[in-house]
Amino acid sequence: MHYIGIDIGSTSAKTAVLDENKNILEVFAQPTGWSSIDTAESIGKNLREKGFAPEECKVVSTGYGRVAVPFSDKTVTEITCHAKGASLIFGLEDLLVVDIGGQDTKVILIENGFVKDFVMNDKCSAGTGRFLEVMANTLAMRPDELCTLAKSGGNTSISSLCTVFAESEVISLIGRGEKKENIAFGVVDSIIKKVAIQANRLPAGSKQAVLTGGLCECDYICEALSRELKTEVITDKNARFAGAIGAALCGM
Amino acid sequence: MSDYVKMWEDLGMDLETHDQLCQVLPTAFGDVYLSQENRPEGMGFWDFVVSEIHGIRPSELIEAQKNGQKVFGTFCVYVPDEVVIAANGIVTGLCGGSQFWVPGGEKVLPKNTCPLIKASVGARLDRTCPFFRIADMYVGETTCDGKKKAYEILAEDVPVHVMDMPQMKRAEDYDKWAHEIELFAGVVEEQTGNKVTPEKLAEAIKIINNKRKALKRVYDARKADKLPISGKDALLMMQIAFFDDPVRCAEMCNKLADELDQRIADGVSVFPEGTKRILLTGTPLAIPNWKLHHIIETSGAAVVCEEMCTGTRYFENLVDETQTTLEGQYKALADRYMKNNCACFTPNEGRIDDIIRLAKEYKADGVIDVNLKFCSIYDTEGFFVERALKEAGIPVLGIETDYTDSDAEQLKTRIEAFIEMLG
Ligand code: SF4
Ligand code: SF4
Repeated sequence: MHYIGIDIGSTSAKTAVLDENKNILEVFAQPTGWSSIDTAESIGKNLREKGFAPEECKVVSTGYGRVAVPFSDKTVTEITCHAKGASLIFGLEDLLVVDIGGQDTKVILIENGFVKDFVMNDKCSAGTGRFLEVMANTLAMRPDELCTLAKSGGNTSISSLCTVFAESEVISLIGRGEKKENIAFGVVDSIIKKVAIQANRLPAGSKQAVLTGGLCECDYICEALSRELKTEVITDKNARFAGAIGAALCGM
Repeated sequence: MSDYVKMWEDLGMDLETHDQLCQVLPTAFGDVYLSQENRPEGMGFWDFVVSEIHGIRPSELIEAQKNGQKVFGTFCVYVPDEVVIAANGIVTGLCGGSQFWVPGGEKVLPKNTCPLIKASVGARLDRTCPFFRIADMYVGETTCDGKKKAYEILAEDVPVHVMDMPQMKRAEDYDKWAHEIELFAGVVEEQTGNKVTPEKLAEAIKIINNKRKALKRVYDARKADKLPISGKDALLMMQIAFFDDPVRCAEMCNKLADELDQRIADGVSVFPEGTKRILLTGTPLAIPNWKLHHIIETSGAAVVCEEMCTGTRYFENLVDETQTTLEGQYKALADRYMKNNCACFTPNEGRIDDIIRLAKEYKADGVIDVNLKFCSIYDTEGFFVERALKEAGIPVLGIETDYTDSDAEQLKTRIEAFIEMLG
């Protein structure tokens, strides 16, 4: 028996396939596009091509498009899924998960493998992947390029929390001839500070902090977050699939 | 509601705009309420009242006015109905709970005012609610800053009496509130032309106590393991209690409570076994604000109690009925009303104790602390509420929202995640 988890987020859809021993057999991601229903269909096709016919597997969907997956057996929220997925990926029962997603940022406190508490920023794009994307666009870069470049910058801060105002701040920094790496630094710094304020609302104690979600592939984000939270933040190559992996686990 | 057009016209209402409201309300009510299964039969009364919400009770009030009675509109559970009833006056709640009225309020109020205030001011100034037109006098109170200032704006359009509410709960504050109630009685006497006598006031105290007891019976039924009534239905009963005649309200609530007691005896429940039980605490849910109850009860949980002004704060604690002098009665009233625990007071530890007590009494699996956007006092107090609950080992979720539906999806995710967290 195989277990499929599908995490339809705001910018990308992640899929994971696990066997009954919780081995991760397959993970893949694709852009969400305009319609969650089309995305779900294309995921179904992909799965079939890889030899995992959804109707023969147990399928659980999560993420904001979770109800749009016609072949899913049940839906579970992204909080529960991220928690389960991160626990498996990092092999920990007690941890603090920071998930910087495309449209929202979640911080989840896990104790003994169960969600103890969580905070979600879903009202404002500051401190989310969306903020990074908009700023990267303004700087004519890819988000991951911006993050890498930020490492070599410094001494610039973006004070606006509103994405629209922050964008005009970035434009005026460009106009003033500020170095690109410094602007990039300011952008990442703004996100990290916002995320840290959220994370500090939960009493993590000595629990290991981990980073999941789309931004975890950039080393500098982890580094900056570790600095801001004053504790080491680790990540993993599968961390951006935490939600999907957790969803698959929810089917067991 | 079509037979009431003439009455609305006579009230000087903006019929065209009001029509839009009349068109959306039945759909909203159908989606949220009538879609529920196995509702208690007793709810038929409240369904009927909602179907005629801007017609039936307003026409009763107008009839009463024709017979010389005066109608007082109130905005807070600290304002003592008893005094008005003793002078043969009528009380009606006036809090606005719909986004429909908010833009009207925003014409004169700052954007960062809580939606309850914006909706209330909008309902008056836009002339789209009969209750706001009918009231001969509004009774305000110095509770939160937003309301205090809003009353000044309303006072340009309608007579307003403002009660000066204490902000602390020392002995002298109780005395002060008793004195304020006495002053209020004077205003009511002047408006109605009737004297408040100890006999009349004693009678009014009994009437309102009976209403409190009846509301409490329905709430007590929600303590049962098998819930005989949904949170949504209990909320509706509560919201309409602010508008209805108190004697009829008690009668209907008692009837409903009888039915619920029978359901408990027969083991009838409106939720499947194992449904998670949620206690709601926070700012009031004025009619027709059913948003959170709907989200919670369509996400696999049930609301078992509201520690709110549209909830336990409205009916808990009775007024001492043994006093025979006005002085003693005003004091007894003050004692009862000062037992309410609103975030307007500092400190307000009593509310924390109430929440923990109610969570236990109603066997809540978790608490949702909900605050209307821009209500800074409840929002700030949320810090203590959430800390105390965590210390007591009761899971808690804090939520801030307004009357719009724009955050419904995000709220659903949070609330579902919270319910999953409860296990
Ligand atoms: S929340 Fe406070 S101010 Fe508002 S109605 Fe209740 S007691 Fe009055
Ligand atoms: S919810 Fe808060 S801000 Fe709004 S009227 Fe009540 S106390 Fe005032």
